[in-house]
Amino acid sequence: MFDRRLFTNFDWTLLAVVLLVTAFGVVNIYSASSSYREVGTPYFLKQLYWIVTGLGLCLTVCSLDYHMLEDFAYWLYGAVLLLLVMVLLFGRTSMGATRWIHLGFFSIQPSEPMKIVIIMTFARFFSRYPIFKGLSLKDLVYPLLLLGAPALLIMKQPDLGTAILVSLIAGTMLIFVGVRWSAFATLVAAAVPVLYGGWRFALRDYQKDRIYNFLNPNLDPQGSGYHIIQSKIAVGSGATFGKGFMHGTQSQLRFLPEQHTDFAFSVFAEEWGFAGCLLMLTLYLFLVLWGLAIAKRCNDRFGALLAVGVSAMLFWHIVINMGMVIGLFPVVGVPLPFFSYGGTSMVTSMVGVGILLNISMRRFMF
Amino acid sequence: MKPQQNILPDDDGSRRIIMLSLGAFVMFFLLLSRLWYLQVIDSDNLLDQSESNRLRFVPVAAPRGAILDRNGKVLVSNTPSFSVSVIPQDVKNKELLIDDLARYLNLNRKEIEEKWTKGQGRAKYYPLVVASGISRDQMEFLEENRLALPGVNIEMKPVRAYSNGQLGAHLLGYLAEINEEELGSERYKEYNAGDYTGKSGIEKSWESFLHGTDGGRQIEVDARGRFLRTVEDSGSSVGNTVMLTIDLEMQKVAERALGERAGAAVAMDVNTGEILAFASSPDFDPALFTGRMPPEKWKEYLEDPRHPLENKALKGMYPPGSTFKIVTALAGLEAGLIDPHTAIDCPGYYKFGNSTFKCWDKKGHGHVELRKALRESCDVYFYKLAERLGVDRIADCAKRFGLGAPLGIGLDSEKGGVIPSQEWKLKRFGKKWYQGETLSVGIGQGYVLTTPVQLASMIATVANEGIVYQPHLVRRIVDSEGKSLKEFPPQVSRRTGIKPENYRLVKDGLFAVVNEPHGTGGMARLAEVKVAGKTGSSQVVKLRDSKGEVPYQFRDHALFVGFAPYDKPEVAVAVIVEHGEHGGSAAAPIAGRLLRAYFEGKGVIKKPVARPDKQEQEDSADPEAAGDVTE
Repeated sequence: MFDRRLFTNFDWTLLAVVLLVTAFGVVNIYSASSSYREVGTPYFLKQLYWIVTGLGLCLTVCSLDYHMLEDFAYWLYGAVLLLLVMVLLFGRTSMGATRWIHLGFFSIQPSEPMKIVIIMTFARFFSRYPIFKGLSLKDLVYPLLLLGAPALLIMKQPDLGTAILVSLIAGTMLIFVGVRWSAFATLVAAAVPVLYGGWRFALRDYQKDRIYNFLNPNLDPQGSGYHIIQSKIAVGSGATFGKGFMHGTQSQLRFLPEQHTDFAFSVFAEEWGFAGCLLMLTLYLFLVLWGLAIAKRCNDRFGALLAVGVSAMLFWHIVINMGMVIGLFPVVGVPLPFFSYGGTSMVTSMVGVGILLNISMRRFMF
Repeated sequence: MKPQQNILPDDDGSRRIIMLSLGAFVMFFLLLSRLWYLQVIDSDNLLDQSESNRLRFVPVAAPRGAILDRNGKVLVSNTPSFSVSVIPQDVKNKELLIDDLARYLNLNRKEIEEKWTKGQGRAKYYPLVVASGISRDQMEFLEENRLALPGVNIEMKPVRAYSNGQLGAHLLGYLAEINEEELGSERYKEYNAGDYTGKSGIEKSWESFLHGTDGGRQIEVDARGRFLRTVEDSGSSVGNTVMLTIDLEMQKVAERALGERAGAAVAMDVNTGEILAFASSPDFDPALFTGRMPPEKWKEYLEDPRHPLENKALKGMYPPGSTFKIVTALAGLEAGLIDPHTAIDCPGYYKFGNSTFKCWDKKGHGHVELRKALRESCDVYFYKLAERLGVDRIADCAKRFGLGAPLGIGLDSEKGGVIPSQEWKLKRFGKKWYQGETLSVGIGQGYVLTTPVQLASMIATVANEGIVYQPHLVRRIVDSEGKSLKEFPPQVSRRTGIKPENYRLVKDGLFAVVNEPHGTGGMARLAEVKVAGKTGSSQVVKLRDSKGEVPYQFRDHALFVGFAPYDKPEVAVAVIVEHGEHGGSAAAPIAGRLLRAYFEGKGVIKKPVARPDKQEQEDSADPEAAGDVTE
């Protein structure tokens, strides 16, 4: 199974860039959490453990030929969908949302693997689907059902961020496959009443608040608009070269919310300034473009779709998280891949990278 | 591994990848532009915001300067006062905390709640004072239990400490929070709402020296408004010390001698104009004005017929009564209308036109020349003299002493009194002067009004034979390091231009007032030192026939002005006892005690071991009354 060629073709560049980003992430978490009164293992150390775990999974994923995934895709889809249903039925509720489920000795958050699974499912679906002139409305029925089921279940938890992400990933893949303009226009026309209905009936008050506050954070600067304002202040006050490592006043004095997780980039922007942000954006853009390049070089359709999907996943996480931090998007709980503290995100992103590495190193084999 | 079927045409796939890459690139460029906007273009603004997020300016009130007596004894200084405040955003359970605070501080729940509600509009990190002036025990108790009381802060600030209680309350004045009106005025343009400022007395008039410079601390706080560290401390500098001319011992004696009676007593250095005692009675508690004045106390102050809040020495305008005969006599001598031998006959009244002006002694004084007229305070003598002088010559003489206008002793709102003249009446009332009114003026009645401090200055000028020293209350101003900033040496504000021999003639009469039989001021006499002076009583209302007990508010005011030693004058006093009826019995003893205190302080008179009051002369001076005019 292990071919010498695999090793020689291993995509060291991709791994190196990913490790560089995680390293920045750990350093940043060290600073962001230094003001916390910590009990037990410090966050940056825990993050290191997660990186190691993630890398293990990443290498495991890339050691198995990704074509196996094509066979498992629907089974995995079914299993995770079942878990999502179980979450709603037996899940553990914390902070008003039911996202976790106990599986014997550990808990998981099935919405997270769904991000990967939806990529595999769509890749599987379209790898064998004959298309000649873009997807018609009829062609979209099954894909939208495949997407709709998990997306609604996740929305119901409620976890708007993940639901949107899953949809965006799937949507990007659809665009890659090609959608006819007529079908696209019809979908957009249909989306209007659906969005309205969603606003009226599906969104929770706190979710609506977030959107209101995104539109006008000064409505309630001490309350729900606080996050956006404080984050913008943190980023902007970093100016060109930043306030210096461990010297961000917004973060060290805890004016930032969730500063080691969702708002980690805001800490980074404050301490390293525009120069640091430029570096991070370059690294991330490189990751996304590299992933798309892997898709381009890939000889088989399933692999190309997988690579596009993973690239889309990384891309949307990055854009939504940064957009939120700098006040371009409303506050949705989306972490920055490899950078925000958190095991779930790290594992998902690392598995994604594992898939990319997998495709990348096997491109000459077929 | 399945052989793949590449359904998507290769070039189409590549085209879409390029499209997606382009899309990604555009999105990232958008993010970068936004970062550029925030971090480069708008960074100054956002940096300011982050600074104002973490930095708070906490003003630190400068401790006020102390007020000392002429010998450096402390009259007013500062003492730490502890107040309890809460930072609403750090409070875990408001209701519980209010309960606890009410219990620990012996306060009403409602009071705390009220203060809490009042401060609700402010930022949640802003400390909200719920109780001030708590005891040291309470402070220590709260300090020990601080962990159990999240959000509670204890603050220390200096407040005024009155070393001698209410002593000199009018003179020293009180502090209170600055009000809207003051905030709007030029004088207080450096002040902020909530600052304390002097509201009366020395505290008000010398505010600019006492106040010092407020400092401030720039502190860093975290997102919850908790203090982390001091970033910058522009230290407050303590106000300057104001050293008064007042002698604490004399002030004490003056106030004790006045007792519960309404009145004023002023003692002055004859050769410098330094005011040694400046008492107004009854007094009030200045400390009450700074904190929370109990409403019943406030009502008591306002309704007391003796007007405890009024500084009578400074603002009390009284007819000088017979003490004014000194001025009339000097005017007569200067005009050459009388000499020591000019005599009249006093039958007990003087008929002028259709009116009869009574002498206070109905029996009459018989043959009267100047010395006897002063000694026995014969009204008829001065009616006749005043008639010959005319009001304008009397007014001219009075004004040479500085009567009728504020002296500028160093306190705000000093009153000037009234020295009437023909011109004055025409201006004031638009009416012609009547000759009969001149007679009243001659004995210090009618329109004549003077303040106790003016009378003290007048008699001091008589004592030093013609120099009007600028009466003043402040001797020197010393900064916090003990360096003298300003000295107030004696200053001659004017000279009367009256011949010394005329002064000597009058002084001889004043000596007789105190030291000779039939003199009206015998109760001011001292065994060790020669005292000279003049009694007076001034009419409050005209009583046609005073039979039986006169109600308090209609009784005459009792006055005494005097100086000592007679041969080489050092100190002058003026005393007024409102509704004290007779200057000789009500005011003269107080003057005597005040003079005694002065010479005791100088070591001229030995301090008695037991009771200092016993040596008052038992001489019963004849009671005198101001001329009662019958038309």
